[in-house]
Parts: sequence; structure tokens; C-alpha cells
Amino acid sequence: MRILALIAALALATAVAHARTVFEPRGFTSPENEERYRALVDELRCLVCQNQTIAESNADLASDLRREVYRMVEDGRSEEEIAGFMVARYGDFVLYRPPLRGGTILLWAGPFLLAAIGLTVLAVHLRRRGRAPAAPIGESDRARLQRIIGTED
Amino acid sequence: MIGELGHLALILAFLVASIQGVVPLLGAWRRVPSWMAVAVSAARAQFLLMGISYLCLTHVFVVSDFSFSYVAQNSNTALPLVYKISAVWGAHEGSMLLWATVLAGWGFAVATFSTSLPAVFRARVLAVIALVSVGFQLFLLLTSNPFERLLPAPLEGRDLNPLLQDPGMAAHPPMLYMGYVGLVVPFAFAVAALIEGRIDLAWTRWTRPWTTVAWAFLTGGIMLGSWWAYSELGWGGWWFWDPVENASFMPWLVATALIHSLAVTEQRGAFRAWTLLLAISGFSLSLLGAFLVRSGVLVSVHAFATDPARGLFILAFLALVIGIALALYAWRAARLAGGGDFGVCSRETFLLANNVLLVATSATVLLGTLYPLLLDALDAGKISVGPPYFNAVFVPLMLPLAALLGFAPLSRWKGDRWARLWMEVRIPLLVVVLVSVALAFGTPASWAMAAGTGFALWIASGVVLGLRDRLRHRQGASLRRALGRGFAGMSLAHLGAGVFIAGVTWTTGAGVERDVRLAPGESTSVSGYSFRFDGVAAHLGPNYRAVRGTVQVLRDGKPYAVLHPEKRTYLAQEEPMTEAAVDPGFTRDLYVALGEPVGTEGAWTMRVQYKPLVRWIWLGPLMMAIGGLLAAGDRRYRPSPRPERAPSPADKARAWG
Repeated sequence: MRILALIAALALATAVAHARTVFEPRGFTSPENEERYRALVDELRCLVCQNQTIAESNADLASDLRREVYRMVEDGRSEEEIAGFMVARYGDFVLYRPPLRGGTILLWAGPFLLAAIGLTVLAVHLRRRGRAPAAPIGESDRARLQRIIGTED
Repeated sequence: MIGELGHLALILAFLVASIQGVVPLLGAWRRVPSWMAVAVSAARAQFLLMGISYLCLTHVFVVSDFSFSYVAQNSNTALPLVYKISAVWGAHEGSMLLWATVLAGWGFAVATFSTSLPAVFRARVLAVIALVSVGFQLFLLLTSNPFERLLPAPLEGRDLNPLLQDPGMAAHPPMLYMGYVGLVVPFAFAVAALIEGRIDLAWTRWTRPWTTVAWAFLTGGIMLGSWWAYSELGWGGWWFWDPVENASFMPWLVATALIHSLAVTEQRGAFRAWTLLLAISGFSLSLLGAFLVRSGVLVSVHAFATDPARGLFILAFLALVIGIALALYAWRAARLAGGGDFGVCSRETFLLANNVLLVATSATVLLGTLYPLLLDALDAGKISVGPPYFNAVFVPLMLPLAALLGFAPLSRWKGDRWARLWMEVRIPLLVVVLVSVALAFGTPASWAMAAGTGFALWIASGVVLGLRDRLRHRQGASLRRALGRGFAGMSLAHLGAGVFIAGVTWTTGAGVERDVRLAPGESTSVSGYSFRFDGVAAHLGPNYRAVRGTVQVLRDGKPYAVLHPEKRTYLAQEEPMTEAAVDPGFTRDLYVALGEPVGTEGAWTMRVQYKPLVRWIWLGPLMMAIGGLLAAGDRRYRPSPRPERAPSPADKARAWG
């Protein structure tokens, strides 16, 4: 999807995005399998498309991969096994959920690190502030504002 | 001829903007009133010229003059008139012209509505906006000229991307650009304040309504984009964390932080330097988004065609704008610091926490968007960062924000007591927790749904408590006066956040999606609704032919709605498009999209969806945008308010910090 695309989309006058219209009714032996299948195809990347999951793409490769995922799900293979199979074939690029490894630690920890650092800085700042009261806005500012705005509320 | 006129107007606008960017700055420096005064007339002339240029491009689209290569690529004689007009922004060059026109429009608006600004300050603000304009006009003229001729002219155009032939898409870019580009105003105010080396209450009172209006447009623009994706892309999703979406979401998050930080600066004089930094960051992220989308560095279906010259130009421009602004900031910020004192338990603290979370979230989106590029550049492997990642990190960062939103607006400026806050919220909190627990244990709803519903209710209860407090403290005044537009707008926007959370929670948690194969006469049942497929028929549109299906929806055996999903083939392009049929409702949408014909008995594959509360996903942001516009119209931002009542001592204390 590509929502905002528009803008962008605009862009692509030539390469029209395919509306995602891959509807394949499949029979599942259990609702759990259907759910597992849906979750998996929504997290695997179609390698020959531009930023589409295999669930959304009507490329041949995507349809092959869907069939493969369906077969493995019905064979009772676990999510890890299926993802592992895909990675062995295509590399990490196929996973929309990047695996946690050396190069991606910063990616996964970054958001929480940022929030933690921000909140710590905030806490330190508050404590320091508590000790040194700052000067209020001066009388000259007030007079100037009054001149400009005319009245104060 | 008209096209050349447009081209000429664009060149003249560039020249006028160059003057507007330089002369008033010199005038402000040397204190020459007549030089400073140039800014206002130049801003008007620039907007007039950009408007002419834009109308000329629209004209060549309307008359289908395919001797312009941009028109030939993006229009067609069979295109309905409304889409000929919206096709102007249907691709890179024209959308860039719209961007520059909107930018000139904001400059014009500032020139017109800022007569109460001190002349020096006004001259600087308009000059900064003009310098940004110069960059974009130069970009248009050098790398992306929509007025380029194509000879010999083709007889027929290639047509507008069918995905964009939709009312939502026609309205989305102008709205989004109003927001994106509108962030230039707080940016220019911040830069002018840095040049001047001072920031005061008057500054925040000028900046705040402009920022809020730009933010409201940005909110509305993103909402329209999401709605378009839902109705047009044929699969019922509403957000994909695509780089293009992220490009608009990052400035939105920072702009949201900015409007909250501005509230503190206005009310209490605090966070001044921080507010300036946010104002600079917001517009910088807009520019960064433009770079990411238009340079082709990101692999996105919607990235504009790769063109190194364009990418390089924007990158250089980006570096220049951000570099100068940050250098100014580094030089001046220290002298702007300071402000009112406040305690640990105070609204200032809660708003700072809100800022930290919003900025961290914005940085997270940036991290996720750029990380694959970074790893690739370092030769550390190719990875994909998609929705599973963003959802996993976004939700934990947003939950504390939602928790804050429920009680922070009830807290007092300067200093409050935890015990008092607790007394205010304990009953609603108890109710919210009980409802969530009941949902989790007493219904099939999952824990996530119970929690999401709880947060939505928590926010709503905070809004109700806030309104009650407000009315109690202002007894005797009329309801309108007691609320005030600022407070009413804030309440509406906050309630919108709760509505949005409820919508996302229920659509995600309780939505049902089923792919089925139905022959005529067969039906399938989803969430108590029965969908009977009554076959397909040929249908002819103005510039497409379609196969149109009929799906009769029954509830309890009685006819409930009739849906007509289509499969369209636009005449100028081969690609078949899915046009989903939706029965919209306040509590749920029923959504049917046609797939492919199968077999010989007229059977089709189709996707049938039941989406509870999905409208709330757009209703929430709509409330936020309306709330923003309402708040920007508050009495205290009008240049010369009628003296309706004498300010009370409390008001004075509040106003001056």
C-alpha cells in the first residue's frame, strides 16, 4: 500500500502500482493454520517487486512462494522453520521483520534507547532546574508585547 | 503559447523571490524601512506569478495540449475534467509546481495577516520563506520543468495513473502539501527569532496559530491518503509504513511535539530553545521527506523515477537549509534559554515527556526508514524493514503517550500535587480498568483489544473531566465563552486521538477477512452478514471498461445492502484495476473486492471483509484537524481583539508566566 503515495504516486506515471488483488481461496485443515498462513505471507517480501509482501503481489514469484508457504503450513512446520527456509534461499531481505543479529541491534534497541535517553535527560534537567530558579519574562518584554498586541487577552 | 506564459511566470516568480529573499534581509540589517517593505509587495507578486504559472499548466491539461511532454505522459482526452485538473499534480513536475505555489501562498498569507508584526521581524520572516521558495523554483526550472515541449506532439496522452483517478486522491496532495509546506512558517519565524536573538511571548502568539493550522492540514492530508489507499488499492489496508508514508509521518510527529511545546512557551515562557529546535526540525523533515521520495534512494513503489540530478539538487538544498538553520541555532540558542520555573509534577513536565516520546517516535521512523540504506552502504547485508518492525516499536512508544494524554491535560501549570491528580482520575481509571478486564475475560476480545479499548476510554474520560473542570471554574459565562476555542479545539483533538485508537484496535483485532470463490447464486457468511454473489455484467465508464459484479448482502435473511465491486481496465493502459465496493457505516464497513474469474460457470474469486469501527481511523484524525483549526482561531491570536472583558489577575499570571 502505499498510501500517501499519491504524491508520490504521482510519480510513477510509468510504473503503475498494482492494486493488490491477490485473492486465493485455499482450504485449510484448521483455522489455526489459516491464521499462521496469513501471518506468514504478510511478513515475507516479494523479492522481484518494489516493497510489496508476497500476500499482495501478483508476480509469479510471489504466487510460488505463497504456494510454498501454504504447503509448509499444512505440513505442520513451525513459523521459525518456514522463515528459516525462506532466509536460506533468499537471505534476510525476504523478511519484513528484520532478524535480531549484530547489524540490527541498533535498529531494534534504538527506539527504546532514544526514549530512555530522552527521558533521562528530561529527569536530569528537571532536577537541575529545581535548584536554580530562572528569571521571569522581563518588564520590557511585557511593555513591548502590549504595544504590539494592543491588549493582552 | 499559454504554456510559455506559465514558464515565463515561473521564471519571473523566481526573480521576484530572489529579491524578496535578499533586499528585506539587508533592509532589516541596515534598518532601511523601504527595503524591508519590499518583502510584502514581493510576497504578493510572487504568489500572483506562481498562481498564473499554475493556472497555465492547468489550462494546457484541460485543453489536452500533448505538445507538453508532462501533459502527454499524464493525461488523455477521455479523462474526465475533474481528473484533468487533478492530473496537474499527478506526477513529479506538476506536484513540485503545486508545492512551490503552495509555498508562495503561505508567504502571501503571512504577508497579508501579519500586519501587527514589527516591521523588522516581518521582513526577516518573509525573506526566509522567499529563500526557501528560490530553492524550489530553481529546482523546477533546472531539473523538473513541467513546461517542457515534446515535438512532435503525440495524438493521444498516456493517461493519468488510474490509481489516482479517485476523489480522495484528487484532494490528498493539495491538503498534504498545505501541511508539509506550511511548516515553513514556524521555521521562518524560528530563523527570524534566531537572527534577532530574542524570543518573547509575542513571538509564540504569532507562531502558534500558524503552526496549528499547518499541522491541521498535514493531519488532514495524511488522513485522506490513508482513506484513499483503503478505498482504491483493493485490499482494505490503511497504512503500510511505506517510505512515502513515513516521509509524511515524521514531520507530523515533530509538528505535534511543536504545537505542545509552543503551548508551554506561550503560557510559561519555558522551553524556548527547544521550541525553536522543533520548529527547525519539523520543516527539515519535510524537506528530507521530499528528498527521500523524489531522489529514488528509497525503493518504494511510489518513489519518483530515479534521477540523480534531482536527488543531488535536493540533497544540497537540504544540507544548506538545515545547515544554516542549525548553525544559527548553535550560535544563538544559549541566549534564548530560560523561562518560568516549574515543579516536577506539573503540566510543563508532562508536556516535556510528551515531546520526548513524540520526538523519539519520529526518530524511530527515521531509523527504520534509513536503516536498510545504511546497512547496504556499509556492505553489512540487505535487510527489509517493514510493518512488523514498525508496529513492534511504535506501539510501545505510543502507549505511554496515550496514558499521559488521559490525565496530563488535567494537571496544573507550574506545580501540581500527585494526590490531587489521583483524586481527579481515580474513579474514571477504575471504570476503565474494569471495562478492560471485563472485555478480556467476558468476551472473545483479545488482551490487545481490551487494552486498546481501555486506552481509548482513558483518553475520552480525561477529555470529559477536563470539560467538567473548565465549566466548573467558569460558571456564569456562556458555554461558548467558558470553553473558548482553544480549549474546545484541544479537547476535540484529544478525543480524536482516542477515537483513532479505538478504530485501530477494533479494525485490527476484530476485523474478518475472507478470500472466497463464488459462483453466481452462491453466498458466504462473514460476521453475521451473508454475501450472495449475483454474477457480473459489462460496464462502460468514460475512460475505462469494467466488469461489474453484484453482491447482495443479507442480514437475518433480509436484504441489507447491494454492493458493486468492479474490475476496471483503463483504455489508455492495460493494467486492470480493482475497484472495491464498500458499504460504509459508523460501526463497521462491509468491503467486497473482485479478484479473478475462475472456471467456466461464471465464478469469481473475491475478498469479503467485515471491518468494525474502521471509519474511526479517519474520523479521529478529522477531529484532530478540526480541533486544530478551531484552536488556531482562538480569540487571543487575533491581531486586535475587542476588549470584551477585563483580564482577571489569574489570566495575567497565566499570560505572562
